Amino acid sequence: MARSMKKTNILSKIIYHLFTMTFAFVMIYPLLWMILGSFKENIQLLQRPEELWPEPFTLENYKLGWQGFAGYDFGIFFKNSFIIAGLSTIGAVISSSIVAYGFARCSFKLRGFWFSCMLLAMMLPFQMIMIPQYILFNKMGWVGGYLPIIIPHFFGQGFFIFLNVQFIKGIPRDLDEAATIDGCSIYSIFPRIILPLIKPSLVTTAIFSFMWRWDDFLSALIYLSDPMTYPVSYALKMFSDPSVGTDWSSMFAMATLSLVPIFIIFFTMQKYLVEGIAATGIKG
Amino acid sequence: MKKQNKLRHYLGKQEIAGYVFILPFIIGFLAFMAIPMFLSFVFSFTDYDILSKPAFIGINNFKNMFFNDPKFWKVFKVTLKYVIFSVPLKLLMALLVALLLVRNTKLSGFYRAVYYLPSIIGSSVAVAILWRRMFASDGVINSILQSIGIPSNIPWLGRESTAIWTLIILTVWQFGSSMLIFLSGIKQIPVTLYESAKVDGAIGIQRFFKITLPMLTPTIFFNLINQLINGFMAFTQSYIITQGKPRDSTLFYTVYMYQNSFTYNKMGYGSAMAWFMILILSVLTFILFKTQKYWVYYEAEN
Repeated sequence: MARSMKKTNILSKIIYHLFTMTFAFVMIYPLLWMILGSFKENIQLLQRPEELWPEPFTLENYKLGWQGFAGYDFGIFFKNSFIIAGLSTIGAVISSSIVAYGFARCSFKLRGFWFSCMLLAMMLPFQMIMIPQYILFNKMGWVGGYLPIIIPHFFGQGFFIFLNVQFIKGIPRDLDEAATIDGCSIYSIFPRIILPLIKPSLVTTAIFSFMWRWDDFLSALIYLSDPMTYPVSYALKMFSDPSVGTDWSSMFAMATLSLVPIFIIFFTMQKYLVEGIAATGIKG
Repeated sequence: MKKQNKLRHYLGKQEIAGYVFILPFIIGFLAFMAIPMFLSFVFSFTDYDILSKPAFIGINNFKNMFFNDPKFWKVFKVTLKYVIFSVPLKLLMALLVALLLVRNTKLSGFYRAVYYLPSIIGSSVAVAILWRRMFASDGVINSILQSIGIPSNIPWLGRESTAIWTLIILTVWQFGSSMLIFLSGIKQIPVTLYESAKVDGAIGIQRFFKITLPMLTPTIFFNLINQLINGFMAFTQSYIITQGKPRDSTLFYTVYMYQNSFTYNKMGYGSAMAWFMILILSVLTFILFKTQKYWVYYEAEN
């Protein structure tokens, strides 16, 4: 009796893993196909697409693809992406945590009103404000450079403010009070007490911000016109334009390369990603 | 010296300090959101090509949108169709897989990572390029279908009936982050509920419909609103993978808005389109909030 129970248990386990594993393979298949495709010759990629393994294995696509287009290589585009995503992220982390501290720890007039404004800013998609923002930045003479892409992130981003507010609220107020008795002002409590304790939410902010900025291509599409300034996402779009690109293997090589920073973050920071999503329900 | 102390005392008050801390947000909110949105509202009643001064034309932009621009309704319908199919399918998928992964095994972490990964990279240009190749008539989708015995050489991206579905599939593929939200929702359901259900004789499917599903409705509600907004805002897929083709059957609202504003320099018309979409999203969100009491279960009430 007990033995047959055990048997059905094992059987159900096997079925479970078989099913979950197969489905996981289907899910990941497109990515595998792209990554492995970046090491295939064009002829294999286009004529025998069902083959997964590169035969022969070649690195030529990376060499060719890296040269980019119109005399600009991908080294330039990667550098640009790191500048844009890096600076935006620094801005988002610093400003969002400071603003969050104000919302979480200070009581002031109209706090509820400003908090609602913050939620509104969080809900309103970029697509809905891109036209008037463009008009504004055009008036300021910023169009064509990185300022309109980077600067708004230095003024607190709704999602990240919200994330940090939630986190700060979880820190016991006794700590603040003890620090006040020890002579800390409300300004020194932030860097001395709060900041070291909210490291997890700062890291979560940083990785989400970096990934979103790295992927973002809409703002580059709107604001940039000189290939010298393109980030990888936008350069990849130009590189793969149907009128220009027919070398699919090279496109796959550069597409794969463009995802490497995201993969690195994903595999090293998974804990923060998963917890960040669970805690705030951040969209992904 | 005394003055300095006074200033310090003044700034030390919570009332003042709060504003000092949230000042960046206030400046950013006014400069990059509130004022631009107000201006965009004004521009929506003008003819504005950004080079010359805006000319006031009353409600003509909205009139043209509703009555003289058949493309406007076309893109609206296309976007609506995309949202109506992709959002429920994505959420259903997320829920089913969350139920699958709630079981704790040695491989749980691995499964979670694999199912979550597509939603991290799915909206990138890289994946858009990949999708274009996969669904080409000589792409991997057709050749896999052929190798399992289904003769297929459908140009998925070239036909009006199938092109939109390649974009819907791409969206559904990114169910990972919704799945994680469901997963954490399921884990928060008190075990005692299931235990008492066991005493009452509820098993399997019954347990799901009597406990899991009702307890998850707040999470479903949250996901639904989020995904609806995301759906109406979809841009990259339409812009890069299909470029709206064939015959505008995959031209999304935001892409047409972008074209009007930045390709044809019709900023006034673009602003009008943006405001119409904001109205739609607000009404939708409002209605959903109103329907909450009929289907969303909050613990405190019961």
